[in-house]
Amino acid sequence: MEILLDNIGKILEGFQVTLILFAGGTVLALVVGTVLASMRVSPVPPLRLVGATYVNVVRNTPLVLIFIIVVFALPELGIQFSFRLFAILAVGAYTAAFVTEALRSGVNTVQAGQAEAARALGMTFGQTLSHVIMPQAARSVIPPMGSILIALLKNTSVAAGFGVIEATGTLRELGRDFPQALYWLFFGIALGYVVLVLLVSAVFRQLERRLVVVR
Amino acid sequence: MSSVLYDLPGPAARRRAQIGSAVGAVVVAGLLALVLWRLIDRGHFSEQRWEPFADPDTWNAIGEGLVNTIKAAALAIVLSLVTGVLLAAGRLSDRSYVRVPVVTVVEFFRAVPLLMLIFFFFLASPSTLGSYGALVAGLTLYNGAVLAEIFRAGILSVPRGQSEAAYSLGLRKTQVMGQILVPQAVRAMLPALISQCVVVLKDTSLGFIVVYPELVRTGRQIYDSYFNIIPAVIVVTAIYVSMNMSLSWLAGWLERRTRQRSDQPVLSAADVDQGAAV
Repeated sequence: MEILLDNIGKILEGFQVTLILFAGGTVLALVVGTVLASMRVSPVPPLRLVGATYVNVVRNTPLVLIFIIVVFALPELGIQFSFRLFAILAVGAYTAAFVTEALRSGVNTVQAGQAEAARALGMTFGQTLSHVIMPQAARSVIPPMGSILIALLKNTSVAAGFGVIEATGTLRELGRDFPQALYWLFFGIALGYVVLVLLVSAVFRQLERRLVVVR
Repeated sequence: MSSVLYDLPGPAARRRAQIGSAVGAVVVAGLLALVLWRLIDRGHFSEQRWEPFADPDTWNAIGEGLVNTIKAAALAIVLSLVTGVLLAAGRLSDRSYVRVPVVTVVEFFRAVPLLMLIFFFFLASPSTLGSYGALVAGLTLYNGAVLAEIFRAGILSVPRGQSEAAYSLGLRKTQVMGQILVPQAVRAMLPALISQCVVVLKDTSLGFIVVYPELVRTGRQIYDSYFNIIPAVIVVTAIYVSMNMSLSWLAGWLERRTRQRSDQPVLSAADVDQGAAV
């Protein structure tokens, strides 16, 4: 218990890094996911193919392997960032595939009449998608998006294996230094994750209540 | 397909789509070519870097890694099925002194990152559990909690009339569960269960971080000894993707078949995916 309290500063620093990874990963995943989802429903076959291939390959590849590709293979292409940025890239690219799938199924829940009305008004595909379909699709996928972002939050822990000391990495370091206090450290840090997960789901419950469209 | 998003193309739209296709294809091919060119430029596709994959020893090592991956996944799946059944039974209990603690446990293990559980077990008893034991223990607890939720959703997906009819025939709760609800729920859950197997198979790669000699670790050993990271990564990724895609396809096929054959509810594989950790 004392050891846990003595090291609370270190643990909070770890959670700060976790939050940075989470925020960066969320932005990247939402942006890339939206672009890929638009590609997957577009009338242009090569774009559809790219979207589908990305989703199928990335979803079926373990996150650890994506970390290896980003951290060790990108430098071979002459791309070199800090470990933290690499970690954001890896979790963001991985989560983007799940965001794409969620958005695509959201697009399918938007009533056909909406798209037909937009087209009848003379909107182009891009306009239909960005002004009519996507805003409604995004609202209808708020609950699954919450689960995806919670998974992303937990997935930032994998960065601990690739040179980033975030909350889970802190457990490994402190657990090695103070094996006698492992249980306290574990439950302390786990509590931090539980609080973060509850926060994210509370935010999404609020969003759902405010934004969801009832059909 | 959401073809409702655009009209049946007329001649002008067809031309535009063709131009778009051509431009899209050129951009994609260009990007691919750029990456390939850089890789070739740095010699990643030279014979010397791919030569290890002509050596049967390399494939033996990969085979061993694959066996270790499957060993961890299989044991974890069996153990987490047992854990999941117990936790689901507790969650569905009528007695709140059983239900409340079980709900807490399930929610706790769903909220904590799997890697943290694995580190915990690894640090708690490195000598008895080892990296294999720590990996399996972590996977079991995490997936046990996830499966408990799937089982619960499966039981609740059976129409209420079924249990009401059974109760009115005088069956007890255990009989209703065992003879009426579970047999119907299993069919509804099967696709979701197989999807969860894909998740477990992917999650065993976390063993890499605690130096369990599974498939990703084998890939690393190959590229550490031959300095051929790109070929090694391509081969390992291909193995994972083909394995997991066949399982996902099986889950999708079962889901479609169950939908066609009956008006029974089916838990979609996608329902599980969203809760997926890694």
